[in-house]
Amino acid sequence: MAEALKVPTMAEYMAEGKKPEVLFWVGCAGSFDDRAKKITKAFVKLLHEAGVDFAVLGTEESCTGDPAKRAGNEFLFQMQAATNIEVLNGYEIEKVVTACPHCFNTLKNEYPALGGNYEVMHHTQFLKALLNEGKLKVEGGKFKGKRITFHDPCYLGRANGEYEAPRDLLRKLEVELVEMRKCKSNGLCCGAGGGQMFKEPEPGNKDVNIERTEQAMEVKPEVIAAGCPFCNTMMTDGVKGKNKEDSVEVMDVAELIANAHDL
Amino acid sequence: MQIIAQVLFLVALVAGIGFFIRNIRRLIRNIKLGKEVDRSDNKGERFAKMARIAFGQSKMVRKPISGFLHVIVYVGFVIINIEVLEIIIDGLFGTHRVLSFMGGFYNILIASFEILALLVLIGVIVFWIRRNFLNIYRFLSRELKGWPKNDANYILYFEMVLMVLFLVMNATDYQLQLNGVPHYASEAGITGAFPISQFLLPIFEGMSNATLIIIERAAWWLHILGILFFLNYLYYSKHLHILLAFPNVYFSKLRPQGEMDSLQAVTDEVKLMMDPDADPFAAPAGDEEDAEPEKFGASDVFDLNQVQLLNSYTCTECGRCTAECPANQTGKKLSPRKIMMDTRDRLEEVGEIINTKGKYEDNGKQLLDDFILREELWACTSCNACVEACPVGIDPLSIILDMRRYLVMEESAAPNELAIAMTNIENNGAPWPYNQQDRLNWAKEN
Repeated sequence: MAEALKVPTMAEYMAEGKKPEVLFWVGCAGSFDDRAKKITKAFVKLLHEAGVDFAVLGTEESCTGDPAKRAGNEFLFQMQAATNIEVLNGYEIEKVVTACPHCFNTLKNEYPALGGNYEVMHHTQFLKALLNEGKLKVEGGKFKGKRITFHDPCYLGRANGEYEAPRDLLRKLEVELVEMRKCKSNGLCCGAGGGQMFKEPEPGNKDVNIERTEQAMEVKPEVIAAGCPFCNTMMTDGVKGKNKEDSVEVMDVAELIANAHDL
Repeated sequence: MQIIAQVLFLVALVAGIGFFIRNIRRLIRNIKLGKEVDRSDNKGERFAKMARIAFGQSKMVRKPISGFLHVIVYVGFVIINIEVLEIIIDGLFGTHRVLSFMGGFYNILIASFEILALLVLIGVIVFWIRRNFLNIYRFLSRELKGWPKNDANYILYFEMVLMVLFLVMNATDYQLQLNGVPHYASEAGITGAFPISQFLLPIFEGMSNATLIIIERAAWWLHILGILFFLNYLYYSKHLHILLAFPNVYFSKLRPQGEMDSLQAVTDEVKLMMDPDADPFAAPAGDEEDAEPEKFGASDVFDLNQVQLLNSYTCTECGRCTAECPANQTGKKLSPRKIMMDTRDRLEEVGEIINTKGKYEDNGKQLLDDFILREELWACTSCNACVEACPVGIDPLSIILDMRRYLVMEESAAPNELAIAMTNIENNGAPWPYNQQDRLNWAKEN
């Protein structure tokens, strides 16, 4: 692990007069949050392993504006969108992959109306495509036979109808995939969406992430798999709140695959 | 005597339908108080969605028990109403079972109406028990106290009474036919088949033909007058969904649920701001000079769009949205159902002012604060569970987000931590106070 990851930027590609096949949109959580950075690195390792020609924007990337838009600040959202679209279009980006369902939803659904048209994929969809093309091998390693439940991120599942890509990947890991009673289109939110990540919750009798963690605990998993850095934080906090951090891990699907490969 | 009955029937029919049309016109007028929104696209896809979700009840059956019962009541309601056609013709022309010329097919029709009537009666009774005695989460919310709870029960009582009247009417009619009473009996034999109401015959045993005729006529009249009354009760109740579910699903959003509309007024501002050639001191173009600047977001029903207002009239307060809402489940004040009920209540209040004064005059109230609280709006995680749960395509989330837009862009009234996150996004391109220049540092860390 001593060797630093090789992460090419769009600027470097541009300087060489080249274009990568896909842009990896890292997102704010993936760039700055200590837990989410591990997901980012795991995904980059998988990209390298599959030989994907990719680049990141690096310091030219900025928040998509999703939390601002959901909090009601359309103005700030559109300012962010306009700046990002200018950068993306400047590099003639055609295909984007991101490990954050919020960035995914915004780039895919809300940027086109403002002049940003790209093919946008969530990293689980992208990994599944690599798997189908035979570029990436996913097979049971250390997670074989482990009891794993997948928590659907709202902005991947209900918002965009993708329930199967992450599950297909988990099945390939030969894990024992168990479903919570609230899953797929009925899945319960982790409590972070709509700007909640950045504020205290309104008065109530419980935090949403605790409720969701309890639902996960009902199926007695060894790992709670997630596909969103914010869900990851919320579920990790929930597991800690239940004093279960020694027996239950919260991991992103990309981390599970990378770890299974001992990357 | 006969002619008087026919005239009275005509009067009742015209009054009932006339009053209904008046209310529908008011409803359309009120919906048009909202902003126009273009949903004229993808007609084929919209029809297919309406056929699947509204006509086909595909989302209802996701909850198997209430869904199955609802399908029975729905099918019963639609099919039994074919009988109303015959009742209207009989009423207007003084005929007896005018459609009986269809012979065997007529018997099949009447028999299936009877079976459905019994199933509807059972279904409605189970609904009533569930609603009042089974402590089901979505029927216990605070927004259901008082009128909404009574309203729901009145509707159920009404349907019970209508079904009983229908069966009594058939039973006495059958008995009168058996007794060979003129006007009822036909030379061709018994008209209609009565697989359910035949079991009611013992109740009427030993009654004179005159008494039977009174009971039959009373049941017949109460049944049709009841239907006309019910038709007009719709507008004042939560029950409009039986009509509005269809247009509501038709006009619902076809795009992915996660997509939130973008405000053109904001786009124009942003473009102007980023245009290096824009003249900040330019005088507004002629026609814009006196125009009021566009309001961002919604603080009252006038700021919502027509589909959102149609949503509020369509909501039948089933509470599937609220039962799925993460905020509501964890004891927060937010209830997506209440958002819809409040929107409708405010719209009705505005409509009532227009009814009496001819136009809307400010009554010192608005949707925000007087109906929907800020605390409710800020509790939403925008997870779309409410939208997904609604069996008729209502989108409470879009109203919540439009009202947040008003709070943030018109009042700068975001909760403090959110305001900080937004300032961070504005200054350094992330919701946390990290510098954009540090965005790639992770690649160098081990």
